[in-house]
Amino acid sequence: MDTVFYTLQDFLTHTKAVIYILIVLALFALAGFWSFLTARDQD
Amino acid sequence: MSQEATTTEKSLVSPFNIIAGIIVLIGLYLTVRRFTGGLGAVTNLSDNNAWGIWIGFDLLTGVALAAGGYVTAAAVYIFGMKKYHSALRPAVLTGFLGYALVVLALHYDVGRPWRLPYPFVVQAGTSSVLFEVGACVALYLTVLFLEFSPAALEWLGLKKARNLAVKFTLVLVVFGIILSTLHQSSLGALFLIAPSKVHPLWYSSFIPVYFFVSSIIAGLSMVIFESTLSHRFFADKMDEAHLREKDDIALGFGKAASYVIAGYIAIQLLGIGADDEWRLLGTGYGLWYLVELFGFFGVACLGFAIGAREKKVQLIRWTSAWAVLAVIVNRFNVSLVAFNYHLPASDRYFPSWMEIGISVFLVTLGLIAFRFIVSRMPILYEHPEYEDVH
Repeated sequence: MDTVFYTLQDFLTHTKAVIYILIVLALFALAGFWSFLTARDQD
Repeated sequence: MSQEATTTEKSLVSPFNIIAGIIVLIGLYLTVRRFTGGLGAVTNLSDNNAWGIWIGFDLLTGVALAAGGYVTAAAVYIFGMKKYHSALRPAVLTGFLGYALVVLALHYDVGRPWRLPYPFVVQAGTSSVLFEVGACVALYLTVLFLEFSPAALEWLGLKKARNLAVKFTLVLVVFGIILSTLHQSSLGALFLIAPSKVHPLWYSSFIPVYFFVSSIIAGLSMVIFESTLSHRFFADKMDEAHLREKDDIALGFGKAASYVIAGYIAIQLLGIGADDEWRLLGTGYGLWYLVELFGFFGVACLGFAIGAREKKVQLIRWTSAWAVLAVIVNRFNVSLVAFNYHLPASDRYFPSWMEIGISVFLVTLGLIAFRFIVSRMPILYEHPEYEDVH
């Protein structure tokens, strides 16, 4: 009775949570990478 | 006169001509064998493996590597980066020859060349992805021919026709970009029909986006790679503008390629997350996937980034070859390595030497045509009568 029973909703919520975090990380990473790429251009 | 004859004789017996000649002869023999004996006479294709390297390499890779035409045209005409103008004609020529060879290669796979226009008149419906690919490739090949035609018309001295062709440039560029966006992604969409056959790490509902973005990487890298080879072998054909701008082109395109690859890696990882396939990364296929993503694309991204930041043109040139290889590996993985991954080894596909021979033959034809055109037409230099007319 105490066994946790995961539903499809649980799996989707978990998957979506992971990719939302990844998207935010990717946005920051790409902005940082652009700064790295163009840092010397301003010299 | 005798001196001229000696020069011609000398140029004909070059190592390139001898090797190319041998490959062409073997290719012609294989062509006769293919069209008289059928697919079974020259290929290892089977009911399980209906698409071999003629699709995986000649078509999927060929179309991706010919993307330099629309990428450069977009940079110059849509984004107004006129400083890359000298890269345009070589890129359009590479694209045109690439697509022409794709269509030629398709004949070997499909057979019955006289049925080439059938998709437009005899077909089951226009909702097929393959129909869209066929229509786009046919239209885009025509667009590339028209985009390339001013160079040929300048060479032929047909001034009026040349001026008329130039007037359509912008329309053709816009049309070309639309068509490329459509069919580069649709080539990936072809695999959406086989979710159970493609390994989950390479199969994704985002595969059309992956194919389109990686085609931009291939296009940018090919322009740098082709410019490097042209500078090595056709430096005597280049005018001052081409020689002066080649480093700027490498730096600019290298920077763009680096950023696009970074975005590509990001969307690939998002795709893995969206399908929740992290557990597969620890398997044998997972390791090969990581080698493709980080060993090929990641290293190319880093090489371009350091090269563009530190202004190391040589590094960018070497990296462009690595990036081209990365796209080739990706297309091979999707169409051959990850395709039918569930079958036992005995049922897996490996190309016969004759299939490889036909592919080498077609690439050689492209190189011969490129050399023929570049040696005669104003591709790497401005025609004296049309200088500064852009």
